[in-house]
Formats: sequence, structure tokens, C-alpha cells
Amino acid sequence: MNAFKRTAIALGVATALSLGTAHAQVSDNLIKIGVLTDMSSLYTDLAGAGSVVAAKLAVEDSGIEKRGYKVEVISADHQNKADVGSSVARQWYDVDKVDVIVDTPNSGVALAVSQITRDKGKAFLASGPGSSDLTGAKCSPNTVHWAYDTWMLANGTGTAITKGGGDSWFFISADYAFGAALERDTAAAVIKNGGKVIGGVKAPLNTQDFSSFLLQAQASKAKIIGLANAGGDTTNSIKQAAEFGIVKGGQKLAGLLVFLTDIHALGLQTAQGLTFTETFYWDQNDASRAFAKRFSALDKGIYPTMVHAGVYASVLHYLKAVEALKSDDGTKVVAKMKEMSTDDPLFGKGTIRVDGRKIHPAYLVQVKTPAESKAPWDYYKIVATIPADQAFRPLADGGCSLVK
Amino acid sequence: MEIFGIPTQALFGQLLIGLINGAFYAMLSLGLAVIFGLLNVINFTHGAQYMMGAFCAWFLLEKWGVGYWWSLLLAPLAIGLTGVVIERTMLSRLYKLDHLYGLLLTFGLALIFQGVFTNYYGSSGQPYRLPEEFAGAFNLGFMYLPKYRAWVIVASVLVCLSTWFVIERTKLGSYLRAATENPALVQAFGINVPRMITLTYGFGVALAALAGVMAAPIYQVAPQMGANIIIVVFAVVVIGGMGSILGAILTGFGLGVVEGLTKVFYPEASNTVIFVVMVIVLLIKPAGLFGKEK
Repeated sequence: MNAFKRTAIALGVATALSLGTAHAQVSDNLIKIGVLTDMSSLYTDLAGAGSVVAAKLAVEDSGIEKRGYKVEVISADHQNKADVGSSVARQWYDVDKVDVIVDTPNSGVALAVSQITRDKGKAFLASGPGSSDLTGAKCSPNTVHWAYDTWMLANGTGTAITKGGGDSWFFISADYAFGAALERDTAAAVIKNGGKVIGGVKAPLNTQDFSSFLLQAQASKAKIIGLANAGGDTTNSIKQAAEFGIVKGGQKLAGLLVFLTDIHALGLQTAQGLTFTETFYWDQNDASRAFAKRFSALDKGIYPTMVHAGVYASVLHYLKAVEALKSDDGTKVVAKMKEMSTDDPLFGKGTIRVDGRKIHPAYLVQVKTPAESKAPWDYYKIVATIPADQAFRPLADGGCSLVK
Repeated sequence: MEIFGIPTQALFGQLLIGLINGAFYAMLSLGLAVIFGLLNVINFTHGAQYMMGAFCAWFLLEKWGVGYWWSLLLAPLAIGLTGVVIERTMLSRLYKLDHLYGLLLTFGLALIFQGVFTNYYGSSGQPYRLPEEFAGAFNLGFMYLPKYRAWVIVASVLVCLSTWFVIERTKLGSYLRAATENPALVQAFGINVPRMITLTYGFGVALAALAGVMAAPIYQVAPQMGANIIIVVFAVVVIGGMGSILGAILTGFGLGVVEGLTKVFYPEASNTVIFVVMVIVLLIKPAGLFGKEK
């Protein structure tokens, strides 16, 4: 990993040297969009190259280029390291004249980029990261958090399952900030709805074998095993739970952050019956289906996740705001984005709150059985819709300093 | 009955799970130990080769319908062959240089392989169907043991013991060991040492691929699967004593159990405990538990 560090330091030095040459520019008729994402590790499928595709489709669909604006989409790999992500962000803002950074899965990287964006007066459209701190304690006038967050996932899944009779929980959580936040928020939702938490275990990030934790969960006799983890950790725990007969034994799994690509990787045989919360599913209406078709042709056949949809919709709305304002000044554009109500083919009509939170409905989905699935990527049944005004954390509870 | 607040029955289950994970550590560290012991190369590509073994099995099943049992034979052969090519075209040029060069070369190759697989197959991995014969589980009373896991433990013990036997107890093994001590002399007896070294590397790589095939039904067949496990396996080899075959096997199983118990008593430390053991062992016995001081 030393090689990475060296590159990061070199980038940092280069950035430091170049400081002072750049000034925020009034619209120079080139809108430069930087997709900062994971191109090489665990979030590559759910964001990655697909996020670049989504951003480009948004530019195309906005039609802004026909009206004389020039738009350029560039991308970089943050390697899930906050230091690498930060130096790319600085380089982009200071040297490459990037106006807006989008996507950025991984909350650690996103929180760092949010701060830099604020310092430089640019714009940050986060649809990849989960941490609700982005619109809570660490909110920023330059950041919009689009697709989902930990509070919404916890509240959606936790409430629905507890109300449905799953009233005793055991958590298997990823042992870092994201897992802890997800567990805390879910436990709160469970208790609020009359359930109880009877135990939990913190598993290190990137654990290969979950059987030991699963046996502990089995021994706890909890009705629900909550998986407060993501990516490979989630797929491995679901897969091994099937192997150890956990679901057959009567206990249920609740995936707290599961993406469409995870289900594709697991296969329906293993994933069937799993219940969780999403804010976008490609098979909702004609517009989302048409988008999915175009998208998958450009991204190795992968169908869009809610992160991809978030990138598309946020870029679309951003460009509308830029046109309305005739400026690409980050702070002003984000203010304008909050002022204008949103309307796009994937999330429908919505709003952006003063704390930067994009508001739209969330969906409780259940994974279909192999028999129910009629076509490739036909994976979800939408079992409940959580209305937009209930899906996200109430404005007053976030502790965001922008809320007065 | 309880031990430290954990029911004895639950503890038995955890011990068994630890042993199963240890089986993978043992098989992987065995390959590394064979390669290091006989070639003096620190093979950082080992994790990538384990991943390629799993992918090879997945290909065989998805593209040509070749099942698990044939994969157990074909995947190690195919990946072992790529190992032979790597040794002939690249590694063999570095033997006269410091260990570090071999390490850098193999590390670079590992990054390239992982990158290429991620590019084509994405990061979330592919599912590999469990062979029909292994569906279901044994109810041991204290736990529910999937049949496949039981098979992993049996197969791994067999592979480890036979490798150990070949290297330590047969004539072929004695040639190999002699060739590491004094290649010029062994060559003088009319034995083709370079070819023997090539085949040894190929064999070590095949062991990694075999572990990959065995891991495929349990874990996702994903490009990063090797990167996640290889660091632990290196620690196992260091603790066992670099190049010691028996050391690699016993420490592999032993550390699997230590890790398994940590997952019960203090789960947060379960991916660090092996390195704590490594530090302690290195302080007390720098050559490792079974290594010979030079």
C-alpha cells in the first residue's frame, strides 16, 4: 500500500504547489463535472463506472449543450481512502477547474470532500455515501445528499419489520462509523415500535467468514438478524446464513443496506425473501425502465442502482439550476437547487431541504423467489411505500447548523 | 455447563468453525511455504492465484457446464500452468537478485490480475452453486454443520498431509530439498534443477487454485477475495516459520482456532489477533515456531 501513499503524497505536494493560481470563476461556459467514485474495489458495481454513465446521460437528457453551454464529465478513483479522495478533490477544484463533484460512495471520503467543497465554494452532489451526518452535524451549504442515508434505511427497514412481528433483534454490524450509525439508528426504530434488541456483535470490515457470528446470532434466538454492513460483508453474511440453515430455522435476515447489484451477485436462490429499503427500483414505471435499458447497454449490462439513479437525477437538477442562474458558482447553484423543486424521470417530483437533504419516497422491497422472477434483473417486489415526508429524518432532529 | 460465560456446546461449535477456516489458511500457507522453502521467492501473487482458481471453477461451470469435481482437478492444472509460464518468463530472471525483487514482481502481478478481473467481472462477485451432493447439513447436537464444510476440513487435511509426505518423506522430495541447499551439486548428479524449480512453483500455485475452488461455494467468487485473505496467510507462514511445511500446516489450523475463539470473546479483535500472535512469536522465536535459525 506504500505505493498508494506515495502517489497520494505526490498529489498533495503537486496540489500545494499549484495553490494560489486558481480562482473561482464566474461561468466560463464550461461546466465541468467530476465523478469521484470507487473504480477498483467493493463499491465499483453499485457506483463506479456506472456513475460516470449516469452523469453523461443526465448531461445528454438536459439538452443544455444544445443551448450553447459546454459540459465535460471527468472521473477519478478515490480508492476508498479519504486522503486520496481529498487530494483528487483539491486538484480538481484548484487546477482542473471542476465545478461540481458527484457520487462519492464511502462516507469517510464523502465527509472529507464535503468539507473541501465548502472551503472552495464549489458544489458536491453526494448520492453514493450513506452517513446521515452529511445533512446532520456536518451539513454544508455546498452539499446536496441525494439518494439515501443511514437514518432512512434504519427507519424504513427497522420500523416495517418490527411492526410486522419481528420484534427481537440481534445485530451483526461492521466495526466502523457507518456500521455503528446504522445499528444505532435501527435499534432506535426497533425500540420505538415496541421491539427489543437482545444482542449484537461487531465484525471487522471485510471479514470473509461470518459463520462464527451467525452461530452467535442463532444461539441468541432473536427473530431478526440485522445486518448493519455493506457490500461484500453483506453478501457473504447472507450467503453463509443460508448455508448454516439460519433462515430455515425460522430466523429472518434484515439487510440494512443492500443494493440491486448485491442481489444480482447473490442470486435469487440465496437472496429470496430478503426485505430492505431502497429509494429507486428500475422496474417502477416506463421512464425508469427506459432509463435502465439505456444505462445497462453502457455499463456492462448492470442495471442501475439507487446510487446511479441519484447521480443522474442530481446532475440533471444541478444543470437546471446552473441554467436558471446563468452561473456555475457552487454556493449559489446549491442555494438555487434548494429553491427550485425537483422533477426528474427517476425520483419524480421532490424537494431539497435547507440542510441539503433531497426528499423523496422510499420503498420497502422484498426479493422475489426464482419462480416469481420473469426476466434478468427482475428482483424486487415493492411491498410498501414510505411517503416522502416520513422517509427521512425530521429536519429538526439532525442538528444541522443551517437549520434555524 | 459454561466456560467464561459461554455454554460449552456453543464453544464446541466455534472451535469447529475455527478449524474449518484454519483449513483454508493451512492450504494457502502450505503453497506459500513450498514456494518460499524451495525457491526463496515470497509469492505475493498467491492471493490472486487463489482468486483465479475460484474464477476458473466458476467459468467451467457457467460456460461449459463442467461440475465441481472436475473443477477440483482442472482449475489447479490450468492456474498451475499459468504459474509455470510466470516462473519461466519472469521469476526465473530474478533468482540471483535480492528477495525484494521477487516480492515486487509478484505483488505487481497480483494487482494486475485483480484489476483485470474487477474490470471485467465487477467487484460484487459471482455466485457459485453448491454441488448437489453437499446440500444439507449434519446436526451434531451442539451445532448445525453444513456438509460442505465438513468436506473442506477432510479434503484440506488430506492435501496437507500428502504434500508434507511427498516433500519430507519421498525421494522426489529429497531432491527438491537438496536442490535448495546446493543447486550446483544436485545438477551435477544429472538432475534438471531449473525444471524442478519451475514445476515446484507451478505446484505451489496449483495449491492456491485448489483452495480457491474449495472456497468458491462458500464465499462470493470475487476479484478481491484473495487480497482479503493473503495478508493473514502471510502472517501464518511467518508464525509457522518461513519455508517450514509442517509449520505452515499446523499454524494454519491453530490460528484458525485462535481466530474463531476471538470471534466469540472479543469479535472486534478477530482480524488483528493473528498479528498480535505474530509479534509475540517473532519476539520470542524470530525464525517462527517451526523454523530453523540460520
